[in-house]
Amino acid sequence: MSVSAIIFMIFGLLLTWGGAAICISIALRKRDI
Amino acid sequence: MKRETWGTRTGFILAAVGSAIGLGNIWRFPYMAFENGGGAFLIPYFFALITAGIPILILEFSLGHKMKGGSPLSFAKANKSWEWLGWWQVLISFVIAVYYVVIIGWAISYTGYSLSLAWGDDTIGFFVGDFLGLTDGPFQLGGFQGIIVATTILAWLISFVVLYAGIKAGIEKANKIFMPILIFILLIVLVRGVTLPGAGAGLDMLFKPDFTKIFDAGVWIDAYGQIFFTLSIAFAIMITYSSYLPKKSDIVNNAFMTALLNCGFSILSGIAIFSIVGFMMHQSGGELPEKLSGVFLAFATIPQAINELPALQQLIGVLFFLSLTFAGLSSFISINEVLISSFTEKLNVARRKVVVVYTLIAGAVSLVFTTGAGLYILDIVDHWVMGFGVVLSGLVEVVILGWLFKTSALRDHFEPISDFKVGKWWEFTIKIITPLVLGVTAINNFIQEFSTPYGDYATTALVSFGWAVVLAILIIGIGLGKSGWSDASILETTPKDE
Repeated sequence: MSVSAIIFMIFGLLLTWGGAAICISIALRKRDI
Repeated sequence: MKRETWGTRTGFILAAVGSAIGLGNIWRFPYMAFENGGGAFLIPYFFALITAGIPILILEFSLGHKMKGGSPLSFAKANKSWEWLGWWQVLISFVIAVYYVVIIGWAISYTGYSLSLAWGDDTIGFFVGDFLGLTDGPFQLGGFQGIIVATTILAWLISFVVLYAGIKAGIEKANKIFMPILIFILLIVLVRGVTLPGAGAGLDMLFKPDFTKIFDAGVWIDAYGQIFFTLSIAFAIMITYSSYLPKKSDIVNNAFMTALLNCGFSILSGIAIFSIVGFMMHQSGGELPEKLSGVFLAFATIPQAINELPALQQLIGVLFFLSLTFAGLSSFISINEVLISSFTEKLNVARRKVVVVYTLIAGAVSLVFTTGAGLYILDIVDHWVMGFGVVLSGLVEVVILGWLFKTSALRDHFEPISDFKVGKWWEFTIKIITPLVLGVTAINNFIQEFSTPYGDYATTALVSFGWAVVLAILIIGIGLGKSGWSDASILETTPKDE
């Protein structure tokens, strides 16, 4: 697997799952979830 | 008057994510990315997510939550002359429901077939011949396929039980079971996939960026199209689901979570599918499998890959088709809920009666797709309903709500109750970007359709199952919009949370 492919795979995963994790943490801070 | 609400915020998120995650995440997104520049496709894809997907989700969530009604009631409360748009979307959902359920039936059947690898060596031949009993054309029905009828009825039964139980005890509970199982199964298939020989080469095909594609307008249209379809936008689903949120519920953060979790699932599916594709190429000496998207990817290419697995063939087969089944069921239930809520409100009758009558009528209609001509009819109907029904109704929705309805009224509704604010960009995307993109997509679809008619079908088939269907649902939608409400006071009142 090429380095550029690995970078874009991580980019996609981070943006989606990482973004969702941040949103969930905001929700947990603000109120129950 | 009281209206049922979700029991928990998690319940709502899982239901919305369950609705958004469907068969397309598994068999459409990976191919779209592969075809449109690999990793580079993620740039227009995420741009489309931020500038159209999430803004429209916020729009639909806030409309449903503010108006406390299904799509027709929400639009009618905004302006009585817009009710038809709600019904148009409801009827689009009806058409999708009656063929989508049959694909879930196929997935259930293949879960069983996996136990004995019943498809044999010729997986395409088994799928179109033994299983579908495919005839020579869409007008040659060729009789019902027994197994498909049985599994389609089973899918309807599951939907019936869930919808009959209601929002909290039915839809919420079902999604709390379906979603964790779905993610868990996908992860097992993914781990098996990436540990196969050749997986790296497959992932290279999916993620290695080809930046020249970014300058191709078609890639951007595909990226926006993928975002619209994957988030169940303009299906009336998100308006309906958010109408069951309690009064003080977040809107903006819920939209972000729903969209990001859905897209995250798509990327995981892509990794699972393309590592398997890489394995197949490794086995065949570098030959790319013929079918890499849609029903043939799921029901011909993947079974072929399962045949070639060194071990655990049956287990991986069962898990893959179970993942399709769960992904399909959670979306199917949400599509049906659109109709249940709309007719319950319009006719002012008990929800459970509507569930019974609707399931019987829609179930009977869906049987046409279990015949030997089912795949042809499904293919044509799906192409037209998605390409013209969903795109055009989405366009009308953003134009009406963006330009004729005060978007500031919606913003004033959702910002005080949301975890964070969206700022001016939200109104800009709703007023400018989304109508522009949907308009270009619609024009492009028309040009494409008239320059190169879809598939190898006869014009009579395209007119009967394509144009006639999309036109009929528009006309019936307008008719329903003009008809009265059994209890007109519903248009003036806001129900209390139950």
